[in-house]
Amino acid sequence: MAARLAGSRWAAGPVAVGRGSLVSRQRWSVPSADTLYDVVVSGGGLVGAAMACALGHDIHFRDKKILLLEAGPKKVLEKLSETYSNRVSSISPGSATLLSSFGAWDHICNMRYRGFRRMQVWDACSEALIMFDKDNLDDMGYIVENDVIMHALTKQLEAVSDRVTVLYRSKAVGYTWPCLFPMADSSPWVHITLGDGSTLQTKLLIGADGHNSGVRQSAGIQNVSWNYDQSAVVATLHLSEATENNVAWQRFLPSGPIAVLPLSDSLSSLVWSTSHEHAAELVSMDEEKFVDAINSAFWSDINHTDFIDSAGTLLQYAVALLKPTRVSARQLPPSVAKVDAKSRVLFPLGLGHAAEYVRPRVALIGDAAHRVHPLAGQGVNMGFGDISSLVHHLSTAAFNGKDLGSMSHLTSYETERQRHNTALLAATDLLKRLYSTSTTPLVLLRTWGLQATNAISPLKAQIMAFASK
Amino acid sequence: MWGGRKLSSSGSRFFGVFGSGRRGTQTERPPPTSSAVYSKNQLNWTLQTKPGVFGEYRTMWFKSCRTFSCLNRMKIYRYLWTRLYSTSQTTVDSSEVKTFLALAHKWWDEQGVYAPLHSMNDLRVPFIRDNLLKTVPNHQLGKPLSGMRILDVGCGGGLLAEPLGRLGASVLGLDPVTENIKTAQCHKSFDPVLDKRIEYRACSLEEIVEETAETFDAVVASEVVEHVTDLETFLQCCCQVLKPGGSLFITTINKTQLSYALGIVFSEQIAGIVPKGTHTWEKFVSPENLESILESNGLSVQTVTGMLYNPFSGYWHWSENTSLNYAAHAMKSRVQEHPVSAEPVSKGEPEDLRANACPNPVVHEEPKK
Repeated sequence: MAARLAGSRWAAGPVAVGRGSLVSRQRWSVPSADTLYDVVVSGGGLVGAAMACALGHDIHFRDKKILLLEAGPKKVLEKLSETYSNRVSSISPGSATLLSSFGAWDHICNMRYRGFRRMQVWDACSEALIMFDKDNLDDMGYIVENDVIMHALTKQLEAVSDRVTVLYRSKAVGYTWPCLFPMADSSPWVHITLGDGSTLQTKLLIGADGHNSGVRQSAGIQNVSWNYDQSAVVATLHLSEATENNVAWQRFLPSGPIAVLPLSDSLSSLVWSTSHEHAAELVSMDEEKFVDAINSAFWSDINHTDFIDSAGTLLQYAVALLKPTRVSARQLPPSVAKVDAKSRVLFPLGLGHAAEYVRPRVALIGDAAHRVHPLAGQGVNMGFGDISSLVHHLSTAAFNGKDLGSMSHLTSYETERQRHNTALLAATDLLKRLYSTSTTPLVLLRTWGLQATNAISPLKAQIMAFASK
Repeated sequence: MWGGRKLSSSGSRFFGVFGSGRRGTQTERPPPTSSAVYSKNQLNWTLQTKPGVFGEYRTMWFKSCRTFSCLNRMKIYRYLWTRLYSTSQTTVDSSEVKTFLALAHKWWDEQGVYAPLHSMNDLRVPFIRDNLLKTVPNHQLGKPLSGMRILDVGCGGGLLAEPLGRLGASVLGLDPVTENIKTAQCHKSFDPVLDKRIEYRACSLEEIVEETAETFDAVVASEVVEHVTDLETFLQCCCQVLKPGGSLFITTINKTQLSYALGIVFSEQIAGIVPKGTHTWEKFVSPENLESILESNGLSVQTVTGMLYNPFSGYWHWSENTSLNYAAHAMKSRVQEHPVSAEPVSKGEPEDLRANACPNPVVHEEPKK
C-alpha cells in the first residue's frame, strides 16, 4: 500500500495514509432508491440552506435527489416583526447575485433590507481614514437581517420540494466514509446515521455545519484555528435623527473595531468587537451608559497623539499637492440616541481555516471551512462565494454525467476557493492585529498606509472589487 | 493459484503503464519476478488485460519515465505480499474473489493506471452528448439523453457507460473480457438508478448484431478500433446495429510518424521501456482510412477532431491536430440503403489466422508474434 501511494501522482498521497486509518470497513447492502441521495447538505443555516436551494434550482440537477439536514425547527416568519433583529449580515453584490439566481433575493426585497453606498473606515489613534464609495449610484452592499434571508431561503426550498427534501430537527450523529481503495463488495457511498437511528447514503456530502463542523472532524480534516481575545457585541441602535443613513461606519479602536451599519433611516445595527471583559460589561451596563459608550467610541480623540497627528497631516498635504482634485471628504458618523431593549448580545470571535475543503465524496463550505473576524463583514459572503463556486463545478459535472463525489471537480472547487478565502482571511487577521495596538511606529505606519490607500483610487477599486465578490 | 493470479495482475498493470500494450512480447518477456508462476497463468493474465486501453498509454510515456522506479519498487512489494498470501489462501473461491477485487480497484481508481481514461470522459462525454442533442429538437433537463439507446462496445469497467447512463440514456455495454463485465456490473449495482439504465454483456459485437439490428441511437467505440483485427467487419457491425440517422462515435489513435516516434521509437528503442520488435503501430488507424471505411458503409463522417493528453496535468484537451489521438462522429444516413461491403480500402496487415479461431473474431484475444 505504501508503494502504491508512492507511485501515485495524487498530490494528497501522503495525507491519504491518514485517511485510510479512518475508514471503518463495513459491509453494506446495496442501497434502495429511497435512502440513496445524490447530495446531502449537513447543516441548514444560511449557507447550508442556500447551498441546497442553489442545487435545487440548477437545471442540470433536475433529476437529482438532494437532502438538507437541519438540527433546528423550520423557521417561517408568519409576519415581519416591527422591531429589527439584532443578527444581521452584510450581503455583498456577489452574494446578492447568487441569491437572486434562485429567486431568494426577490423575497428579501419584498421584506426588508438596506443598501449602503459608502463605507468609511477610520483610526482612533489618528486622523487617517479611508472612504469607499461608488461613483455611480450602485449599492456597495446590503444589510439584511438573518431571519429575513432564512425566510427567503425556506420559501425557495419549498418551491423545489420535489427534488430537495428538508429534514428539520434531525442531526447526523455519525458518518461512515467509503473505503479509500474501493473494494468490489464495499459501498462507494458516504453513510450517514441520524439521531433517530435511521441511516441514509449519499454520493456527495456537503458540510455546512458551522465552525465546529462535525463533518470536518469526522473526515479528519485538519483545521487551523485560534480564538481572538475579543468578543463581538451586537445591538440595534436608534439614531438621534432620521438621516439618509446609507453609510457603513467602522472605527478601529485599540481594543477592537466598532461598526455601525444602516438598517433604516433611523435605525442602525452595531457590531462592536472588544475584549471579553469589556464586552461583558457593555452587555450588562444600563442602556444610557451603553449609548454613551458607543458615542464616545466614535467621537473621542483620547487616543490621539500630537506626533501622529502632525505626521498624518504632513502626508495629507503631500497627497493634496500631488492630487488636488480629491473629493471624498470626511463625513461625521451619526450620533446614537437609544438602544433597543434586549437587543444586546455578545459572542466570541475566532479564526479558523480547514487545511482541505474536499475529500472524496465530501466538500466543506462556509464556516465549516473558514471562520473569519467580522471586521470586514465577509463571513457569510465567503460562504455564499463557496456556494457559487461549488454549484458551478457540480452543475458542470452533472451535465457531463460525472460521479458527483469525484475528486476531479471537487479539487477545482477547493483550489478556486482557497485562493480567495486564504487571502481574505490573512488580510482580515493582519488588519485586526495591526489595529489592536497603539504603539507609535505601528500607528504611524498604518496611518500612512491608510492615507496612501485612500489616495490611490485604482487600489481602492481593487479592494472593493475583491470584497464585493 | 492465488499468487499467480495476483502476480499476473500486477504484471499487466506494469505493462499497461509502460505504454506497450503488445501482448505478444509480454508473453515472451514476463516480468522477471514472476516468471515461474506467470506461464501457468498466462490465460488469466490475458483475460485481465483490457484490449481497449493501451493506445493512450502511448501518450503517457512521459509519466511512465517518472514513475519507473516507483513501479519497480511496487512490483517487489507486491511480490512479497502475494507470496505471503499464497501460503495461507489456497482455495479457488477466495482467489477468485481477490482477483476480482484487485480488478475492481484498478478500473475505478481515478488516480490509478486508468486515470487517463477517467479524465478522457471530460472530453468524450460532452462530445457524445452534444452531438446527440443536435439530432433531437428538445431534451429533458437533468437527463438530456433520456429515451436514447446507446451501445458501448468495449466498455471495460463501465467508465464511459456510467456517465452516459447518468445522462438518462439506456446503455448496453459489451466487453469480451468477463472480468471486466463483472467489475462493471458490481460497480453499477450500488446505484439503483444506473442499475436500471445500464446492461452489461460479456460478448462480442458480432454475437449481438442479429438480435439488435437497427436498435441503437448511438454506438460508441472508444479506444477500441486500434485493437480489432478486422476493422471493416467491426465497423460494418457497428453500422448494422445503428438505427437510420443514428450516430457512431469513435476515439482512437492515429497512424502517424508522431505516434510512431512517441509510442514506438522513443519508448522502445531509446528509453527501452517497451521491448523491441512490436508492431502495434501497424494497427493504428488514420482518420482518412477510418473515414473511407465509414463512408463505404453508408455512414457520413460529421466531425474528426484531435485530442491531446497532457501527462503533467492529467487532463485531455481538444486540439486541431489529429496526429496523436482523435475523436470522430459519423451518422448513418436516414434513407435506407444497402451498402455493399466495399473492397478493402487498406489493409493494416495480413489476417492472423489464430485470431479467427478465437470465439471473438474481431478482438485480438491471442498474443501476436
